[in-house]
Amino acid sequence: MPDGADEAGGYRARVAAISTQNLAREFEGGIVAVGGVDLEVAEGEIYGFLGPNGAGKTTTVRMLTTLLAPTGGRAVVAGHDVADDPGAVRRKIGVALQEAALDPLMTGRELIHLQATLHGMPKARGHELGDALLHRVGLAQAADRRVGTYSGGMRRRLDLAAALVPEPSVLFLDEPTTGLDPVSRQAIWDEVTKLNDEGTTVFLTTQYLEEADQLADRVGIITDGRMVAEGTPAKLKSQVGKPHLEISLAGQDGTSADCDEVLARFGKLLPAKDGLALVELERGAADVGPVVRALDEAGLAVASLELVEPTLDDVFVAETGHHLEGEAPPGSSGPADGP
Amino acid sequence: MRSRSELSSIADLAANARVVVALGRRSILQTARRPQLAAPLLVFPTLLLAIQTGGAGGAVDLPGFPEVESFLAFMLAGAMVQSVLLAGNSGAIALAIDIEMGFTDRLFAAPISRFGVVLGRLSGTAVLGAFAAVWFLAIGFLFGVTIQEGIAGAVWIVLLVAASALAFGGIAASIALYSGKASVVQGLFPLLFVVLFLSTAFFPANLMLEPAGTVAEYNPLSFIVEGIREPIIGKFELGDQLKAVAAVIGIGALGLALSAWSMRARTRRGS
Repeated sequence: MPDGADEAGGYRARVAAISTQNLAREFEGGIVAVGGVDLEVAEGEIYGFLGPNGAGKTTTVRMLTTLLAPTGGRAVVAGHDVADDPGAVRRKIGVALQEAALDPLMTGRELIHLQATLHGMPKARGHELGDALLHRVGLAQAADRRVGTYSGGMRRRLDLAAALVPEPSVLFLDEPTTGLDPVSRQAIWDEVTKLNDEGTTVFLTTQYLEEADQLADRVGIITDGRMVAEGTPAKLKSQVGKPHLEISLAGQDGTSADCDEVLARFGKLLPAKDGLALVELERGAADVGPVVRALDEAGLAVASLELVEPTLDDVFVAETGHHLEGEAPPGSSGPADGP
Repeated sequence: MRSRSELSSIADLAANARVVVALGRRSILQTARRPQLAAPLLVFPTLLLAIQTGGAGGAVDLPGFPEVESFLAFMLAGAMVQSVLLAGNSGAIALAIDIEMGFTDRLFAAPISRFGVVLGRLSGTAVLGAFAAVWFLAIGFLFGVTIQEGIAGAVWIVLLVAASALAFGGIAASIALYSGKASVVQGLFPLLFVVLFLSTAFFPANLMLEPAGTVAEYNPLSFIVEGIREPIIGKFELGDQLKAVAAVIGIGALGLALSAWSMRARTRRGS
């Protein structure tokens, strides 16, 4: 369980960095992009906001970052209401929006220095901090090149550095790794983890299950503008089923009566599949060692085994009836997210 | 002694002023680095000036044409106003591109006045306008035009042209803010020429056919053109200068009001 989480996988006892009640946004023509979202993100938490394209993630982020006025409900970020005191919110947040909104004609250094000016920093301080941030994200060498010549990963890192200029207490990252190669993605993940270790609250939207699973202390799943599930990744996954073990026995195809007898001691037997014996483990990974020992004692040699955990996609399927990755929601004709 | 809130307001004002300067600087650099934005500012008006001066120079002999040193001296004001109209349009195209690529979101997510963001862009346009004024004064000087009102007249021209650029830029910026599309702002280009040719930029109103002559006489652009032209041709009249300043203020106020309205509409719409 992540530091600070309570037994239910929540952070309710700690101060909320982001809090929304029935937050909603309707666009012209009656298009409901966000239809009443309740969120509570604690200080120091990484909150993964997971959902397919058009689910309402970006619209929610735009409301939380004061870029879009809500049409219903209320949101408080870093202690200030986004509608009543947007200026105070902007002073405390860092924002890296989708598709890295960078001017290709500016150099990386010019952009960071401009960002410092936008946040009211004296010139000398802005330059000092900006240069340190460029170094931090590994762009010191490329700082005087125009952004138009940067790779996708470099742009994302520059965007992240720009978002860190105000030394934010809450950092919003809208799909920070979409379209990046695995190395660049890992670099962003490492930096996000480091920032969080330093105390920054991170609100991260993503459509990648692995990203949410790896980074987030808690995950909120949104689809069609509504939250359908929320909790730690482990808790959400445990709700849809227990991990199961897939076992291949040496010299044997599939299972056998002896094998079933042993495996049944550890949990519910599942139908054999592709020559593998399957058992749902009551105690998860803790049962793997005992299973192997029991099979060995029964004279059954294990050729290979794999512990298969439920995924967040399983959670998504359980809540919505369709997969998050690689499958559009039934009946969806386009993104519901606002521009 | 100043209260804490007064000091805070002064600090906010200073921070916003620094933002306006920084965004103005960016706007100028953007124009310098993107040839398609820089070309309308100097290249087109200079070419048109050369063509018109070379091809229609005999117009100065027409009865009723103002007494001028040369046709080039008469045309300089028109070239300057054409340049600032196009500079305002180019600035608005750049603003629309910023909106399209999401750069304005970066600016609007910062703790500064949103109006400061627009003012920053316009201040860059004003500096480019001043540069255009100096450019055309230099061309005039090179080809023998004497600024009849001397250095003071030249300084006044530069100020008036810079203020006009800011004012016209405000109108164009409001369209950029409302539409958020560079293609829409680009669509203004032909309209600018209609407005320009229905003014006294390139021909005196008294020599135009009706109703163009009447339209040109009351076109606010004509007041500005005359305000710029008089110090060059040596017919400086306070009343005409006040009309020019009033036209700049009126267009500027309209541009700022429309920009503020467009910005509110954009926030409300969310796009």
